[in-house]
Amino acid sequence: MSRTATALGSVLAALINIAFALVLGAVLIAAVGEDPVAAFFVAITGAFGSLDGLAYTLHYATNFIFSGLAVAVAAHAMQFNIGGEGQAYVGGLGTLGICMLLPWAPWWAALPFAILASMAFGALWAFVPAYMAARRGSHLVITTIMFNFLASLLMIYLIVNHFREDGSMIPSSGPIAENLFLLRFDQILMAFGVEIPESPLNVMALVALAACAAITFLIWHTRWGYELRAVGANAAAASFAGVNVNRLVVQAICLSGGLAGLIAVNEIMGAQHRLMLDFALGYGFTGIAVAMIGANHPAGIMPAAILFGALYQGGASLSFLFPSVSRDVVTVLQGLVILFAGGLAHVLRPISIAAVSALLEKSKAGKAGVSWNS
Amino acid sequence: MPAEDRHAPAGRPPAVQFVNLSKSFGTLIANEKVTFDIQSGTVHGIVGENGAGKSTLMSVLFGIYQADEGEIRLRGKPVRINTPAQAIRHGVGMVHQHFMLVERLSALQNVILGSEDGYWLGKRSAKARARVVEIQDRYGLHFPIDALVRDLPVGVQQRVEIVKSLYRGADVLILDEPTSVLTPQEVQSLFTVFGELAAEGKTVVLITHKLQEIIDVTSSVTVLRHGRVVGTMRTSETTKGRLAEMMVGRKIQNATGHRSQVGTDVRIAVNALSIKDELGVDRVRDLSFEIRSSEILGVAGVSGNGQTELIACLAGLERIDAGSVKLGALQWRSGQSVSPLQIRQAGVALVPEDRLRHAVVGSWNARDNSVLGIQRSGKVPGLGFRMHTARMAAWCRALMEKHDVRPLDPLRRTSVFSGGNQQKLVIGRELSTRPEMIIVGQPTRGVDVGAIESIHASLMAERNAGRALLVVSVELEEVMALSDRILVMFEGRPMGILERDEFNETTIGLMMAGSSRADALAQVGQEACS
Repeated sequence: MSRTATALGSVLAALINIAFALVLGAVLIAAVGEDPVAAFFVAITGAFGSLDGLAYTLHYATNFIFSGLAVAVAAHAMQFNIGGEGQAYVGGLGTLGICMLLPWAPWWAALPFAILASMAFGALWAFVPAYMAARRGSHLVITTIMFNFLASLLMIYLIVNHFREDGSMIPSSGPIAENLFLLRFDQILMAFGVEIPESPLNVMALVALAACAAITFLIWHTRWGYELRAVGANAAAASFAGVNVNRLVVQAICLSGGLAGLIAVNEIMGAQHRLMLDFALGYGFTGIAVAMIGANHPAGIMPAAILFGALYQGGASLSFLFPSVSRDVVTVLQGLVILFAGGLAHVLRPISIAAVSALLEKSKAGKAGVSWNS
Repeated sequence: MPAEDRHAPAGRPPAVQFVNLSKSFGTLIANEKVTFDIQSGTVHGIVGENGAGKSTLMSVLFGIYQADEGEIRLRGKPVRINTPAQAIRHGVGMVHQHFMLVERLSALQNVILGSEDGYWLGKRSAKARARVVEIQDRYGLHFPIDALVRDLPVGVQQRVEIVKSLYRGADVLILDEPTSVLTPQEVQSLFTVFGELAAEGKTVVLITHKLQEIIDVTSSVTVLRHGRVVGTMRTSETTKGRLAEMMVGRKIQNATGHRSQVGTDVRIAVNALSIKDELGVDRVRDLSFEIRSSEILGVAGVSGNGQTELIACLAGLERIDAGSVKLGALQWRSGQSVSPLQIRQAGVALVPEDRLRHAVVGSWNARDNSVLGIQRSGKVPGLGFRMHTARMAAWCRALMEKHDVRPLDPLRRTSVFSGGNQQKLVIGRELSTRPEMIIVGQPTRGVDVGAIESIHASLMAERNAGRALLVVSVELEEVMALSDRILVMFEGRPMGILERDEFNETTIGLMMAGSSRADALAQVGQEACS
């Protein structure tokens, strides 16, 4: 089985799965009494049809890249971190902390510290379940999901009792200093004379791209990544090979939590400019689907993240323009894509890889035959 | 007319006939136009190197795979066998290398499992019991039928497997490497059973890579090479050497000839070592030995008698409960622990017993596996904090060239290499760091004859170059060929250490079954006198 066949087969499987989800989505939209073709047109225009729509799509995609990478890093060590929600949420403490410590700093000076602090808080939140899993054999899926609830309660307590502005009834912190607002793309475009409506897409999108490159390097081109993959592929062989499996598993899950923590920087310093209740809601869980569709590789995670960004943004336009398509219907549509492209990814992938590799063989044989004749 | 028809009993069709049978997996041809007959009421051997197509052929006969071409005839009638259930209905039974028994059920329950003959067990079990006893008496296959399988020794479990097949009406019984887990004495009694079965008109098909067994027990033999039949002949008309040549396609040399003087300084010392498992059961008890430079200490024993735990302990993966271990400059005792990495850094190379589970990552390519375990040795060019994949590929290619790993493709998936080539890659990798101490578990398990030669030669070269080696193997012939001294283990206890001039299959066999060194030597001495 060649690598090309594997790659092409995976892409084909993902596309077919997404197509299945969209067809079922069309049935759903027809069922609530709207024209599916028009609805999809609206959704696609909403997500990609205008510069500001595109900017929203990419802003959401930035979050999905972080949460997708988080799931992928743990997955390479055969660990299923589904605590991205909580780790991103607690990561917000790091971002907010830096914003409170350095209220005078320009955004570009505070950004590296905010990144480090958010990653540290995300990693810290992942560390406890990771340690319990490696040392005591507790089940990571159970503990990380429990830690999502703990994070939620902790943050409600902190926001309501400590960060809330005096006299405000809104469950959020006060706004961060304006000099800490991350540079947005509409501002950059403005500098080139292109005017678009304000949208939250900011420099964290570039950080996300850099994170993709860094994770690719780390996992496939360093000894640490090599040992990580050894642990994931065959933990017994890895321990015979002198790898400290427990330590590596803890490190991988902490890095995973750290990546999820970056969502906080994007949302707090880039978009909402305050620490709001449930600011990271949904991003962590969707990261699981993103990583699955992207086959745990940054090159796959990026397009998968954009797909989900488009679903978020297109879905918003849809429910805005079609009164009978409620927010819930949009959620169901997203759920269908997760179900097909994420949950059923491994059902179709082997078949499609086999089919592609058979096709490739055939075309090779065909070419060889032609050159033989000529 | 094929030659073997000469000795067919007149008027009785062969039990099994393969006619131009072919089977391939993608581009890999496992069996090509295989044609031969197995006479009924005989013990028929099938030999061949790993990957010669023995197992595939038998899997086709047992309905696990379907042939691409050709046909199978049972008692002269062409049949289609699509599932093991159909094979059993046609009277074909198979005893796998790894037994398919439920350990927590009794022997009787295992025998009737899957052929219970109705939902209500109570009434039938008396009938079943009578039939099992009848089968036991008829073929001399005795075992306590109400004992739990997990309490039975391996050799007895195998009898349960055989009775299970006979209970289901097997006429043709396929045994895949049945002797690999038995002591020599158990092997003898298994062969006696084969004789009884053949005398009662059953057909026994013995798949093995041990040529001595073919000579000892079969009446005819088929040699396979590269998926094709090289020849089918009466065993009485051939020899071990001739069979080996047919298997490999060339003459075999004995690679273990020259032996330099055993060194003086002790490199590996194990002192009163005891290891318990999680349940507190002794796995290794009061074990002591020393290995000097230029010395190979062989560890013989039926598998599961503490060898695995000993290797895991020397690899740093098992806690010591009492005693101490010294590997070069590294020394630790109970209560202390060392990491596998420390052990490797002390100059120890390790070839684990179970290749695909412990020595390589099957789903990786050869390049990535060619540095597994030595990734922190600093001896691989291009592998520091950063991994330069191109330079690693060059390293792997050089390793593969030196140890004749074929095909020479560093990017090939490791699991699709043959067992012998995987093992040559593992051994080449472990020797590449010039270790002072080498611990080898089952150096040639699942490895073909050609590769065995080259692996033995590599190990002997290391010995003669001054290294201390511990070689654990269940192959007696191998331990006897390689070792300077042999330690025999039984139920985790040392039964004694034999010097080279005391090596003798019977002595070792007795010790493997629990006799002390003195008793075994005395008994063999008596037999020699009488």
